[in-house]
Amino acid sequence: MTKIILKDIPDFDKIEVYEDNGGYTALRKALLEMTPDEVTEEVKRSNLRGRGGACFPTGLKWTFMPKGKDKPKYLCCNGDESEPGSFKDREIFEKNPHQFIEGVLLANYAMGIKTAYVYIRGEYYKWINILEEKLQEAYKKGYIGNNILGTGFSTDIYIHRGAGAYICGEESALMNSIEGKRGYPRVKPPFPAQNGLWGNPTTINNIETLANIPEIINNGGEWFSKIGEPKHPGTLLFGVSGHVNKPGVYELETGTPLIKIINEYCGGVTGGKDIKMVIPGGSSMPPLTKEEVMSVKMDNESLKAIGSSIGTAGVIVMNEDTDLVKILIKIAHFYYHESCGQCTPCREGTGWLLRMLKRIDEGKGRIEDLDLLINVSENIEGNTVCALGDAAAWPVKWTIRKFRSEFEKKIPASPVTPEVKNKVHSLRHSEEPVKN
Amino acid sequence: MFNQEELKEIENLKSRYETSQSALLPVLWMVQEKEGWISNDSIAKVAKVLDISYEHILGVVTFYTMFNKKKTGKIHLQICTNVSCTLRGGYELFKYISEKLGINNKETTEDGMFTIEEVECLGSCATAPMLQVNNKDYYENMSIEKADELIEHFKNHINEHLKQ
Ligand SMILES: Cc1cc2nc3c(=O)[nH]c(=O)nc-3n(C[C@H](O)[C@H](O)[C@H](O)COP(=O)(O)O)c2cc1C
Ligand code: FES
Repeated sequence: MTKIILKDIPDFDKIEVYEDNGGYTALRKALLEMTPDEVTEEVKRSNLRGRGGACFPTGLKWTFMPKGKDKPKYLCCNGDESEPGSFKDREIFEKNPHQFIEGVLLANYAMGIKTAYVYIRGEYYKWINILEEKLQEAYKKGYIGNNILGTGFSTDIYIHRGAGAYICGEESALMNSIEGKRGYPRVKPPFPAQNGLWGNPTTINNIETLANIPEIINNGGEWFSKIGEPKHPGTLLFGVSGHVNKPGVYELETGTPLIKIINEYCGGVTGGKDIKMVIPGGSSMPPLTKEEVMSVKMDNESLKAIGSSIGTAGVIVMNEDTDLVKILIKIAHFYYHESCGQCTPCREGTGWLLRMLKRIDEGKGRIEDLDLLINVSENIEGNTVCALGDAAAWPVKWTIRKFRSEFEKKIPASPVTPEVKNKVHSLRHSEEPVKN
Repeated sequence: MFNQEELKEIENLKSRYETSQSALLPVLWMVQEKEGWISNDSIAKVAKVLDISYEHILGVVTFYTMFNKKKTGKIHLQICTNVSCTLRGGYELFKYISEKLGINNKETTEDGMFTIEEVECLGSCATAPMLQVNNKDYYENMSIEKADELIEHFKNHINEHLKQ
């Protein structure tokens, strides 16, 4: 198995060890031997796709940035990492911070950027301190700051600490948060590459995305493009949690079978139980049934084919005893709590979803609530400024679609009126055919 | 008011951004680290030093959950009850601590020692259940026994802990 980021080298987080093992050679190579456009070309050739959830091709994103120096340009490194079930970027700060820093420097060189901000969720106090220390080391060695390696290229990197708002992981909310505002997503277009931080061209990339860049420059884009699945190449830092024996972060090639991750790398389901449901990429991604888990490969195309997505590659495993209604309440509560409140469908809809799910859990649900939940989800989906609405809608819609009987079990039997019959397509509770 | 050293730090923070308003989050963090929460007086102070309106800052402080709008206990226990933690006993951990201390979510014990709060995923799902203390330290792979020990520890070593 190829490892690009979490290498098995002791003390790799220390700058000397990093340097002894080829660290900062990509920066040297780029600054001394390559033009900025050549760096972007290499990233394009690699087919690297963003690791922040949307899988957008990184090289292509970089080409959207205007050339020239008439306006300041910015890079925002997204370390907000607040999607439930995601804990991979933290591992990079801890195990391989310098490769991430080197990635930022390469990105800045490629796009002619003089300032990068690393946005890290406020709760990651420990990792903010770690990264701050590593940045200072790199400043001292002349990798960051003025006239880097004597080449005349200058760039700064600053950390910006968040303060507990999931929405600030959304790129335009993140920029507002850096600007000292509430984290409200912006309407797009204009896109950040035209009108980002303080109205200037800005690129936003995830921490893991950037940590891949040095090895792409060292070994060539073609090398990278051949690792894992061709359409979604490279490795992913899979964060596996829930009912497995060895939860943790595993760097594996894209396309690794999910069941292999669960059984081989994570030591199987705790207590030898059966799988009921698995969320493949952070809590907003449509969940998978056991049958789907048995055959799916972990790359975006394979998951798309069965109606889900790779998201943040945060895998949450749930065993046969899991109460899915209770779990869905947790998920619905999260998005209800984190909705920024700008868009009515999201602000109000997330509350409706939560209240209806609680009603079902308390045994006061009505059979038509299940279709109503799906209906409300579909009215949130696609009708909001940012994708938080979708993130709230998908898990509700798909958990009910795929695991309907789990919900029906909690709904008390009631006489089914003709009115209800017209609304529902599952009539488990009807004792007799309903006459109109 | 801010002291000389703090004013210098604020100038340094401002120099990192295009507008002084952008230093708002870091300055609010400075205030909260020192005072434990963000009072209306502090907001007025920050408004002056960054030359932005009181109302704007109030809007920001109330948007971000980590900024405390009222005083918390000396030890603020933030227990994750999101999905992965719930699957591994996070909710039971919260219930246990809540009963042990005799307080509900977001309440503070009478002696002003402990505040408990149910929080969303803290990015520590593989080491669930877990909790965070005072927006800083993570305590991972928790259990009821470890929670007992931790609470005892805080009771006995409160001053050392607060000095950190
Ligand atoms: C509600 C919401 C939350 C998000 N949270 C994060 C996050 O915590 N980290 C992240 O990298 N991207 C997050 N994203 C995606 C970002 O908007 C953006 O697409 C990403 O940072 C781009 O980086 P990439 O191209 O390297 O993947 C979020 C998106 C939405 C809609
Ligand atoms: S669910 Fe508790 S830390 Fe992620």
